[in-house]
Amino acid sequence: MDKVSSPKNTRVVVAMSGGVDSSVAAALLVEQGYDVVGMMMRLWSEETVVGGAHNRCCTPDQMADARRIAAKLGIPFYVLDTKEVFRNTIVEFFIDQHRQGVTPNPCLECNRHIRFNFLLKNALALEADYLATGHYARVEHHPDGTHLLRTGVDDHKDQSYVLSVLGQEQLGHALFPVGEFAKTEVRQIAARFGLPTASKKDSQDLCFIGDNNYRRFLSDYAPGVMQPGPIVRQDGRVIGEHGGLVNYTIGQRKRLGVHSLEALYVLDLNVAQNSLVVGTVEELGQSSLTAKRVNWVSGQAPTAPFKALLKIRYKGSFVPAQIDPLPDGRFVARFDAPLRDITPGQGAVIYAGDVVLGGGIIERPTVS
Amino acid sequence: MTERRTVYLDHSASTPTDPRVVETMMPFFTEIYGNPSSAHSFGRRAEAAVETARETVARLLNTQPSEIVFTSGGSEGDNLAIRGAAWAARKQGRGNRILTLPVEHSAVGKTIAQLADIMGFEQTVVPVNSYGIVDEDVFRRACVPGVVLASVMAANNEVGSVQPLRPLADMVHAGEAWLHTDAVQAAGQIPLDVRALDVDLLSLSAHKFYGPKGVGALYIRKGIDLIPNQSGGSHEDGRRAGTHNTAFIVGLAKALELAHDEMDEHVRHFQMMRDLLIDAVLARIPGTELTGHPTQRLPAHASFVIDGVDSSTLVMHLDVRGIAVSGGSACKTGNPEPSAVLLAMGLSPKKAMGSLRLSVGRQTTEADIDYVVDTLLDVVEKLRNLNSEWIR
Repeated sequence: MDKVSSPKNTRVVVAMSGGVDSSVAAALLVEQGYDVVGMMMRLWSEETVVGGAHNRCCTPDQMADARRIAAKLGIPFYVLDTKEVFRNTIVEFFIDQHRQGVTPNPCLECNRHIRFNFLLKNALALEADYLATGHYARVEHHPDGTHLLRTGVDDHKDQSYVLSVLGQEQLGHALFPVGEFAKTEVRQIAARFGLPTASKKDSQDLCFIGDNNYRRFLSDYAPGVMQPGPIVRQDGRVIGEHGGLVNYTIGQRKRLGVHSLEALYVLDLNVAQNSLVVGTVEELGQSSLTAKRVNWVSGQAPTAPFKALLKIRYKGSFVPAQIDPLPDGRFVARFDAPLRDITPGQGAVIYAGDVVLGGGIIERPTVS
Repeated sequence: MTERRTVYLDHSASTPTDPRVVETMMPFFTEIYGNPSSAHSFGRRAEAAVETARETVARLLNTQPSEIVFTSGGSEGDNLAIRGAAWAARKQGRGNRILTLPVEHSAVGKTIAQLADIMGFEQTVVPVNSYGIVDEDVFRRACVPGVVLASVMAANNEVGSVQPLRPLADMVHAGEAWLHTDAVQAAGQIPLDVRALDVDLLSLSAHKFYGPKGVGALYIRKGIDLIPNQSGGSHEDGRRAGTHNTAFIVGLAKALELAHDEMDEHVRHFQMMRDLLIDAVLARIPGTELTGHPTQRLPAHASFVIDGVDSSTLVMHLDVRGIAVSGGSACKTGNPEPSAVLLAMGLSPKKAMGSLRLSVGRQTTEADIDYVVDTLLDVVEKLRNLNSEWIR
C-alpha cells in the first residue's frame, strides 16, 4: 500500500530542529501537498550546569525558529516532552558505555530508540503515515512493500551511517526529503521558500552535555573513568601513568605523556585494569573487527560471506571488506590490509554501492 | 469514528468577538478617530463615546462612572489595583500586609510576590480546600491588624471554582482593609454587582466575554486614592495615563452589555453543554476526575485530571483532530510542570500532569460535545498504550 500517491490524505510528522535541513524537508512536503505536522522533541539536559538549562538540540531560540518556520509554512507545530525517555536511554547508555571503556555513538542510539521508536510511535498515534527528518539519506518505498535505504546524494553530507539502525518497519514510515539534494541546493530551496538559511553546527552528538565539556560530564557521572592508572604496552610492560581513561581515544598519538623512541598510539582502554594500552602504528592496525547488535535493513540476515564496503565511523571513508555473518547474529568484517583506529562502540555500517545493507556496533577486540 | 469536526472548547482562554460588538467598534477606527483628550469637535465625539461606555460599564456593575478606569486588560487591572492600593495604603501609613490565595492568576500572585520581595510588603497566602475554595475560618483569622489589602479571585481560571466573595468582603472590611477581586473569568457567567459583592476593586477583561482583546476595566471604590502604576497625562482622573483606546473601550462596554442582558439565556446553554460534557467524560473515560467544585463553579467550565496521560501531549493530539482545549497551564515548550493550582488543592504532581480544561461557549452544540468525548476517549486510550511502553 503506497500512500505517497495521494499526499493530501497522507499525514507526515516532520522532526523540526529550527535548522535549514529540517525546515526545507517540511517546506518540500508542504509543497507536495502532504498534511504536515511539525514536531520538536524536548530532550534531557544537565540543568545543574551553567549553560545546561537546555539541550543544544532544542534551545528556546531553536524552538522559536522552528515555530516561526512552521507558522510560515502554515503547519501546526508541537514540542514533545522527551526528557525522561532520552535520559533513561541515551544518556544512561552513554555513561554506561564509557564505564566499560567504550566510546558510544549517541546519534545511532538516538535514531534507534528516540527518533525512530519513541517519536515514530508518537507520530503514528497522531495518525501520521510518515515521519520525516532532515537527514541526508534516501529511502525508496518499492511497490512490493520493501524499502531501501541509500546514501544521500551529497557525499559530504551523507548521514546514512546514523540511520543504519533502521529496519523495514521504520523505513516504511520514513521520509528523507533533503537526501535527494546537495547542501547547496538545500540552501537554494530554503531561499526560494523564504526560510532562514543559517545552518546550525553539524555536530551535535553530545547535545545533552550542558557546557559541551565531555570530560567534566564523565567525571561527574562516571568518576571511575577519571582515575589515574598505568600506561602499558601489549606485553604488559608499564611505561607511564595516564590521568583517566576518558581522556583518550583509540588511535590517539598526541598527549600520551610517555617518552619513547618510536611513535606510540592508543590501542585500547582496558577498564578492568584501568590501564591504557599503547603500541606502534603496526600494532594499531587490525585485520578484522566483530560487530554486535546487528541490524539488517532488509530484515533478512545473510547466511554466506560477501564482499561489501564498510564505514567504521560517521565521517570515515568506505573500506572494502569481506563480511562473515556469524550464527549468533554478529558479523566479522575482514580487511585486505590492517585497518587502524577501530573504535569499540562506534557503528560498522555495511554498504553495497550507495545502498545501506545494515550495521552493527564494533565490539571490544579480544586483545591478549 | 465520527466525521471530523473543528471544535473550540477553550472559551476560558478567549472568546470570539461578538459581531454586534465589532460593528459598534468600526466607526471609531476611521470616522470618530479624534483623541478623546483633544479640545476640538473630533476629540469631543470620541470623548463622548468613552464616557458613554464608562456609564454603561458602571451601570452594569451597579456603581458610578467615576469608579471605572479603562485598562489594557485583566493583567493590567490586577497590577494597577494591587500595586496602586498597596502603595496608597503605605502612603497613608495604614499597614503592610496583603492576603491572597495560592490559586490566584499569576497577574495577582506575581504582583504581590514582587511587592513582598522588593518593596517590603508582607504576604499571607491563605490555603484552599480540595476544590480550590478558600477556607473561610482560616481567612477570618488571617485578617489581622496590619492587613491593608486582600486579593481573591471571583472564579478560578483552571478549575472554575467560585469563591465566596461576600463573606470574605465582610471579614476584610472588619479590619478596614480593601478587597480586590480578579473577576476576569467570572464576567459574563456570574452576576457582578459590586455593591452586592461589597468588593473595593474588581478587574475585568473584555475578551473573556465576547469582546475584543487588549482592553479591560477596573472598578475602584470611591475613596481609594489609588497610586497610578503608569504615570503621564491626566487620563482616567490621573489613575492611568495613556491615550484612550476609543474603539476597544466602546467594544468592551457593548460586550459587557450584551453579556449582561443575555446572561440567563447564555448561562442556561453553558450549563447544559458543560453538564453533558462532565457527565459523559466521567462516565465513559475511566481514570478521570473532575477538578474544582462540582456545583460552585463557572457554568461554562469543565476541568479534569486524567490518569496516565500528560496534558500537553493530550492537547496536541486533540488539536490534530480539530479540537481546541487547554492543558493545566499553557506549555508550548515541552517542559511541562504540574499546575500550582492543582498542587495547592492537594493533588499529587503526577496526577496534576494529566490536567485538562474544556470551556464551552455560546456556539457549542451537543454534536460538538459528542465529538469531543468520542475523540478524547480514543486519544486517551492511544496515549495510555503508548505511555505504558515508556514510563518506568
